[in-house]
Amino acid sequence: MGTFVARRLVRALFVCLGISLITFALLHVVGDPVLLLLPQSASDEDVRLLKEKLGLDRPLWAQYAVFLGGALRGDFGQSLFTQESAFALIWERMPATLELTFAGMLVGLAIAIPLGVVSAIRRGSLTDRLCTVGAVAGQAMPIFWLGIMLIILFAVIWRVLPASGRGTPAHLILPAITLGAYLAPLTMRLTRSGMLDVLTQDYIRTARAKGVGERVLLFKHALRNAAIPIVTILGVQFGRLLGGAVVTETVFAWPGVASLAVKAIRTYDYPVVQGSVVLLALLIVLANLLTDIAVTWLDPRIRLEDRGA
Amino acid sequence: MPRLRRLRFLAVGAGVVGLAVACAVAAPWLAPGDPYRQAISDRLQPPVWAVDGNWKHPLGTDPLGRDILSRIIYGARISISAGASAVAVSMVLGVLMGLLAGYFRGMVDAAISNLVDVMLAFPFLLLALAAVAALGPGFGNMIVVLGLTGWPIYTRVVRAETLKYREREFVLAARALGVGSVRILRAHVFPNLVNTIIVMASLEVARMIILESFLSFLGLGIQPPTPSWGSMLGEGRVYMLTHWWLATFPGAAIFVTTLGINLFGDGLRDVLDPHRVLTSTAAARTE
Repeated sequence: MGTFVARRLVRALFVCLGISLITFALLHVVGDPVLLLLPQSASDEDVRLLKEKLGLDRPLWAQYAVFLGGALRGDFGQSLFTQESAFALIWERMPATLELTFAGMLVGLAIAIPLGVVSAIRRGSLTDRLCTVGAVAGQAMPIFWLGIMLIILFAVIWRVLPASGRGTPAHLILPAITLGAYLAPLTMRLTRSGMLDVLTQDYIRTARAKGVGERVLLFKHALRNAAIPIVTILGVQFGRLLGGAVVTETVFAWPGVASLAVKAIRTYDYPVVQGSVVLLALLIVLANLLTDIAVTWLDPRIRLEDRGA
Repeated sequence: MPRLRRLRFLAVGAGVVGLAVACAVAAPWLAPGDPYRQAISDRLQPPVWAVDGNWKHPLGTDPLGRDILSRIIYGARISISAGASAVAVSMVLGVLMGLLAGYFRGMVDAAISNLVDVMLAFPFLLLALAAVAALGPGFGNMIVVLGLTGWPIYTRVVRAETLKYREREFVLAARALGVGSVRILRAHVFPNLVNTIIVMASLEVARMIILESFLSFLGLGIQPPTPSWGSMLGEGRVYMLTHWWLATFPGAAIFVTTLGINLFGDGLRDVLDPHRVLTSTAAARTE
């Protein structure tokens, strides 16, 4: 187990390095921050002065070294507009993003797992067909549109929930439903297929033949084994959810990291953009690492296969 | 799910996709009016079934008095072409990388696979947003960004399939006969992957249409006055508390189109991958 975790850690570190490199290259090589910050009428002298002020006159590798060194200390520079530390700005909004992400995950799982299980048990029934059609429709749903539709229904027409902002639990309901609806369809389909795989296994047939009750069979024998693909999905879905948070935070004016990043992208506040992208990506790497470890703990065969490979 | 029902989904999906493509191609003949024509006297007209609605503007008008139905029909051009172009870019790049990684293995595989891992760890949307911000808004830049951020999924699948085929007898025989690597990949490995790639690409078009819409929704994609479903939705959001139809109809167009594409892609997978159908049928029979 120790070797497995160490190998995954090294891989995660490599991924983190790659993330920092791509983010830096995107903002400094693909785009020129100075040209984007200055008006078109700016003179060459203005460009030179701003480059010098921001340290962008140095060679790219030196700039990257400064960026990486700073990132390791949690220093992404200062916001070009508020002059505050980019890290502090992002850190301040991180709880809001995590709150929304976990709430969305809870809503998504609360919808997906029961429906996936029921769908698998009643394969081919009307319930199964309705769930499958619902999942296909859900996967096609643009969540920014769903969010707007929920606002129109619940905040404008029925006036029962707030349309935007954060503060009370009521503020969390619509964004969490929107984000949960983003997660639920794929998770439901995968839970259903995971359960179907397990339900056709010999040990389930044996347990049934021995007279084990359906409830125990379902929860103790089937769902526990179907949990492995579900846990794996959760880890992968965490990344999708953070992506979905970009959309949800924008639609509901939720004061999280993603909405900060979108605002910073619009104003080309590149220290904030860099910091947000890197920190959100690191969260995803961490979630994937924890998922790998959790799945290996749940299913030792994966560890053995990894050793064999 | 029985094959017949899946084929019905394929037919429904093909019908919806066909309608969207027809709108894109024949927009000048199908649209009831000019999508750019502003008429301040007609601004914010509700849809035809509302109290003040009229048949001149069946889905109402926007704050500049432009006909929403006409703009939605013309908007299909942007969404369909953006989705297809972005998929073309990411597919070519992803398939090439996947073939190289799977066939040559070793250092090439390690480098490409690690790059794929890095790309998949990114919050895709944020990466696309940052790239559009760096390049600037506009149709061309948006296609490049979506294409460059969407390739890893193809690489991962094509690599796995190539690994499988490189050990098959017909590839080993070609190699033993002295056939070059490029020819083996082009003539022996790639044709076996075409079905998988077509299915993936068809499903990816839907994802790219949603992403294009979101970028335009934020004002980072298609720029006004060009009609695009995403930018119409973005403009409509400002008025959603008072004029619900502005955001509702463009979003419904995105939803119906992506639903059609997903149904079509799912159905296509069953038609092009009989093994999967046979397996699922066999599994159903054992129950």
